[in-house]
Amino acid sequence: MRLYSGFALLKAGFNGQKNWQSLWRSPEPKPAYDAIIIGAGGHGLGAAYYLAKQHGIRNIAVLEKGWVGGGNTGRNTTIIRSNYLFNESAALYDHAVKLWENLSQTLNYNVMFSQRGVMMLAHNVHDVQVFKRHVHANRCNGVDNEWLSAEQAKVFCPPLNISANMRYPILGAALQRRGGTARHDAVAWGYARAADDLGVDIIENCEVIGIRRDATGAVEAVETSRGLIRTKKLGVSASGHTSVVLGMAGVRLPLESYPLQALVSEPVKPVFPCVVMSNTIHAYISQSDKGELVIGAGTDAYTSYTQRGGLHISSHTLEAICELFPMFRRMRMLRNWGGIVDVTPDRSPIIAKTPVPGLYVNCGWGTGGFKATPGAAHLLAWTMAKDEPHTINAPYTIERFRDGYLIDEAAAAAVAH
Amino acid sequence: MLLIKCPYCGERSELEFSYGGQAHIVRPLIPSDITDEALTEYLYHRDNIKGVQAERWRHLHGCGRFFNAVRDTTTDHFQATYKIGEAQPASGAKSDG
Ligand SMILES: Cc1cc2nc3c(=O)[nH]c(=O)nc-3n(C[C@H](O)[C@H](O)[C@H](O)COP(=O)(O)OP(=O)(O)OC[C@H]3O[C@@H](n4cnc5c(N)ncnc54)[C@H](O)[C@@H]3O)c2cc1C
Ligand SMILES: [Zn+2]
Repeated sequence: MRLYSGFALLKAGFNGQKNWQSLWRSPEPKPAYDAIIIGAGGHGLGAAYYLAKQHGIRNIAVLEKGWVGGGNTGRNTTIIRSNYLFNESAALYDHAVKLWENLSQTLNYNVMFSQRGVMMLAHNVHDVQVFKRHVHANRCNGVDNEWLSAEQAKVFCPPLNISANMRYPILGAALQRRGGTARHDAVAWGYARAADDLGVDIIENCEVIGIRRDATGAVEAVETSRGLIRTKKLGVSASGHTSVVLGMAGVRLPLESYPLQALVSEPVKPVFPCVVMSNTIHAYISQSDKGELVIGAGTDAYTSYTQRGGLHISSHTLEAICELFPMFRRMRMLRNWGGIVDVTPDRSPIIAKTPVPGLYVNCGWGTGGFKATPGAAHLLAWTMAKDEPHTINAPYTIERFRDGYLIDEAAAAAVAH
Repeated sequence: MLLIKCPYCGERSELEFSYGGQAHIVRPLIPSDITDEALTEYLYHRDNIKGVQAERWRHLHGCGRFFNAVRDTTTDHFQATYKIGEAQPASGAKSDG
């Protein structure tokens, strides 16, 4: 792998920036691998990278039915934060934020991680109480999060409308300064390039259509649109399609798949310094380095695999954005799209062994798993390599629903971005 | 926005309805008599079908009544709606598009 650097860029400039290598090969699938991951999103590619880098397994394939990063990784609004309420969540999400902080160096690929701060608005007494509780719980867990008055929030984010006669006035905000955004595609591409360099085969246009098990019930192969491929270690990181994939091995899951939407505006000069979220009125906004306002909307009210979403959902979000930031009223939206997110009843993920020997799953990230990409990838790789969970993901089992050990961020935050 | 046919009121906008998830899940008569696995299945596990599924809806901002529907989750096309207590109509093709 040719390393990227300022010097390499300068040198290539003398040749008109030609002769850059492609980031990963496009190999034909081999008949068998020591480990296979289904899903070339950031989570799956990252898991392959950590399996190869930290656990010495080199004969690995990542199978992707579409293209690298074409799932939710390439469709999300890239908000990264770790100020979740419960101890288990703080440990999980902060593990990821710490990996984000060095990811560009680790991968020799600029993932444009920008800790510009994530500010969550409080619009009513309930919000104020919940956010203050979060601030204190986070502090006990060593996770930064601070309470701002409405005036302080306006200083941190000048475009914010804090007038008292709004439909949903702003009473204050919780700010995580270590939170921010990253470039979604770069994360997938960076992991793909680094994994490929360690010998991982990334196989696009290869849909898994069946999982074969041997006489003992253990995984022995996957049937794909490009033929049968053998393996005894299979990791599934298929986000919205996890129920479908694990159904091929007869594993039942507490998941429902919903469309979640986002939009971007036409690009403008830098006007918006941070990330602002409002759970109460369902609006999330930041500005990409390209200049587009990146706006996240809510999920549809019913399950679906359509990868779009109701127009009324996105227009509702735009109404909220216009009220919070009156200066954006005349902005034009350029594109909107949807992704299918896999939601658990407690809005916490599952990173675990399944009842089928050799089959592992990373799912249930729902509306908020981009922020966890490096952490989830690292923990899935660990669980697959050792056949047992890391202490951080030990609570995130499928059986927690049977045993009553829910990690109920759903009740804690109502929305989990 | 979808048009959904309430079996009592006819076609109305999607905004009048609320979604109730997978249909025909039977509540255990005596929950304490069933295993933890069976209770987990009842409470949490869902088919989450990609394709045609039966599901519960409620005409919340209309007549307020519950009913069932057969919908294709790959297109959001409603194949049928029917009253609670009626059998699920046989669905046509697996997907219409
Ligand atoms: C609109 C939107 C906004 C979001 N905003 C945020 C946010 O601001 N912050 C945040 O933290 N999270 C956010 N999320 C959630 C986040 O995008 C996801 O949780 C995360 O990207 C999941 O990553 P992944 O790698 O697991 O899944 P994906 O990137 O979806 O990858 C899964 C891959 O599996 C492939 N696959 C599925 N079935 C098969 C099969 N049978 N065979 C082969 N391949 C298969 C898919 O094609 C896909 O490429 C958002 C999601 C959406 C849709
Ligand atoms: Zn009605």
